[in-house]
Amino acid sequence: MFFQQLFNGIIIGATYSLVAVGFSIVYSVLELVNFAHGSFYVLAGYLVLTMYSFMALPYPVALLASLVITSILGALMNKCLLEPIRRKTSSGESVMTATLGVSTFILNLIMVLYGSETKPFPMPFDLGRIYIGNVIMKWDQIIIGIAAVIMIVIMSLIIYKTKIGSGMRAIAQDVSAAKLMGVNTEMVITVAFFSGTLCAAIAGILIAMYYGSVDTTMYLGVSMKTFAASLLGGIGSLPGAALGGVIIGILEAFVAGYVGAEWKDCMAFVVLILVLLFRPSGLFGHKEIKKV
Amino acid sequence: MFKKITTAWALHRRAAMIVALIVLIIYPFLFSNQYLVTVATLGGVYSILAMSLNLISGYMGITSLGHAAFWGVGAYTAALLSTKLGWPFLLTLLAACIVSLIFGVLLGLPTLRLSGRYLTIVTLAFCEIIKTVETNWRSLTNGASGIVGIPKPEIFGYTFSSPKQIYFMVLVLCAITYILISRLMDSRLGRGITAVRDDYIAAQAMGIKDSRYKIMAFVISAALAGVAGGFYAHYMSFISPLNFSFDYSTLILSMIIIGGLGNLTGSVIGALLLTILPEALRPIMEWRQVIYGALLVVVILCKPTGILGNVNLKHIRQRVLFDRKKENEGKKDEEGEVKA
Repeated sequence: MFFQQLFNGIIIGATYSLVAVGFSIVYSVLELVNFAHGSFYVLAGYLVLTMYSFMALPYPVALLASLVITSILGALMNKCLLEPIRRKTSSGESVMTATLGVSTFILNLIMVLYGSETKPFPMPFDLGRIYIGNVIMKWDQIIIGIAAVIMIVIMSLIIYKTKIGSGMRAIAQDVSAAKLMGVNTEMVITVAFFSGTLCAAIAGILIAMYYGSVDTTMYLGVSMKTFAASLLGGIGSLPGAALGGVIIGILEAFVAGYVGAEWKDCMAFVVLILVLLFRPSGLFGHKEIKKV
Repeated sequence: MFKKITTAWALHRRAAMIVALIVLIIYPFLFSNQYLVTVATLGGVYSILAMSLNLISGYMGITSLGHAAFWGVGAYTAALLSTKLGWPFLLTLLAACIVSLIFGVLLGLPTLRLSGRYLTIVTLAFCEIIKTVETNWRSLTNGASGIVGIPKPEIFGYTFSSPKQIYFMVLVLCAITYILISRLMDSRLGRGITAVRDDYIAAQAMGIKDSRYKIMAFVISAALAGVAGGFYAHYMSFISPLNFSFDYSTLILSMIIIGGLGNLTGSVIGALLLTILPEALRPIMEWRQVIYGALLVVVILCKPTGILGNVNLKHIRQRVLFDRKKENEGKKDEEGEVKA
């Protein structure tokens, strides 16, 4: 029982980590709380559903196309909406509210087009399961976990080892200094949005496979978990966000297993409140010092 | 065009106010259609909510996604006290105000330790927690099916039941809220709140205790939203947790952003716009939220400050009067030269 819950928790937590890493990439570059992040997570699942079930494309093509379309939409949102707003006003709140508008738009458009009830998500393969001791591991669970970990590693390599990644870190420290050093800031920010949204889209599809269904009400839950995970790890820190996601996943699994499944979704709030009470800067974050 | 309107408005502020008041008073008598009066009443409730949120998000500069929670707390307090204990309307309204106020302190406390970006997340979590409690504490709140049969407002034996009577009641509440907040913003407290928003370090250096002002803004805003909630519960006579969800927090926030942050008249205009719009679009009702989302983005894209965001009527008035004075003096000088 204990190890079974631990395993389930780690797998679910890995997908939360992926969403939180995507959120943190955008946050660390722009200090923007991107409310549209969770809506792209939902959108990706629905796109697969449309392309596989209604347009009858092969499964891998549907997956890939959904990922590409969602990430391009994320980059377009930055290019066509957020960049002009940033140019007009210095207030970060305006940009944040615009992302809130985008997410309201996307979620309700999905609801109008597909209806608000839960839709079954296609999973054409049954890969079987393996037993280690008395822990049951489904192969698709293992694949989901591995895929999430690989994506997190790739994202960390991009951020910490490539030129564009150092551009992102430079912008995070000081936008004008980065510009003076010849960083093409707008391009780098767009790449950050592209890769952040890609993370959300992959996680969204993995979760849809895991539960076998998609649903627009996933938005609020996943947004809360993303915020809680990033805050727990120290907002803006990638390793922190990854660890925070796993911790929340494990907590949820244990609460669902030992206390009751209806309390599962409250864990995000509990973590959020505890972190804010005792360590607002999170596990890996630095205390914000405001210079005059 | 826009400039001309605001200039004329700035010069004749009192006249504009009186005209607006007269229009609002004769409005229910202009149309025999009760439906229009009901829409206006709802617009009034949203106006109170928008004006009170403006105190936190506009004047205080903290984007709050938790306002529907205060509204809900007020509504549930009033509903429970009147259905379970049979309290009279005025007392339940007062209780709604006080209980929301306490929750305002609760949400206000973390603002002392956190900066703006975290706070928006906290307010969102607050809204969700309150909604979860409203839904899951079945023995008290009757869960998702809500509370039914809340009596209509009644003051000293006089029952407000027709749409017109209710309309005038919400008009009075709106007027009180408007006067209260505008007087407040001209007071020492209001100046302190805007000073903390603009630069809290400078404000601290000037001896302004920022923690006190932050808490005060939350407390007053929550209390007003609580009154709106109490009134709403008696007016609708049915409430459920769905009425106070995250969607409504976004809606109220959209209202003040479209109207212009930090402008009370703007909040009212935004609230009325977003109440009338879905009614006008009734044939495509299901698209309502989609249109809100698009509208929010378009308004921020075209005019990040909202309709009345950067309009300071006092400043326009002073400038116009000063220009006129200078012109007159110039003319006098010319006349003097000609005579000499």
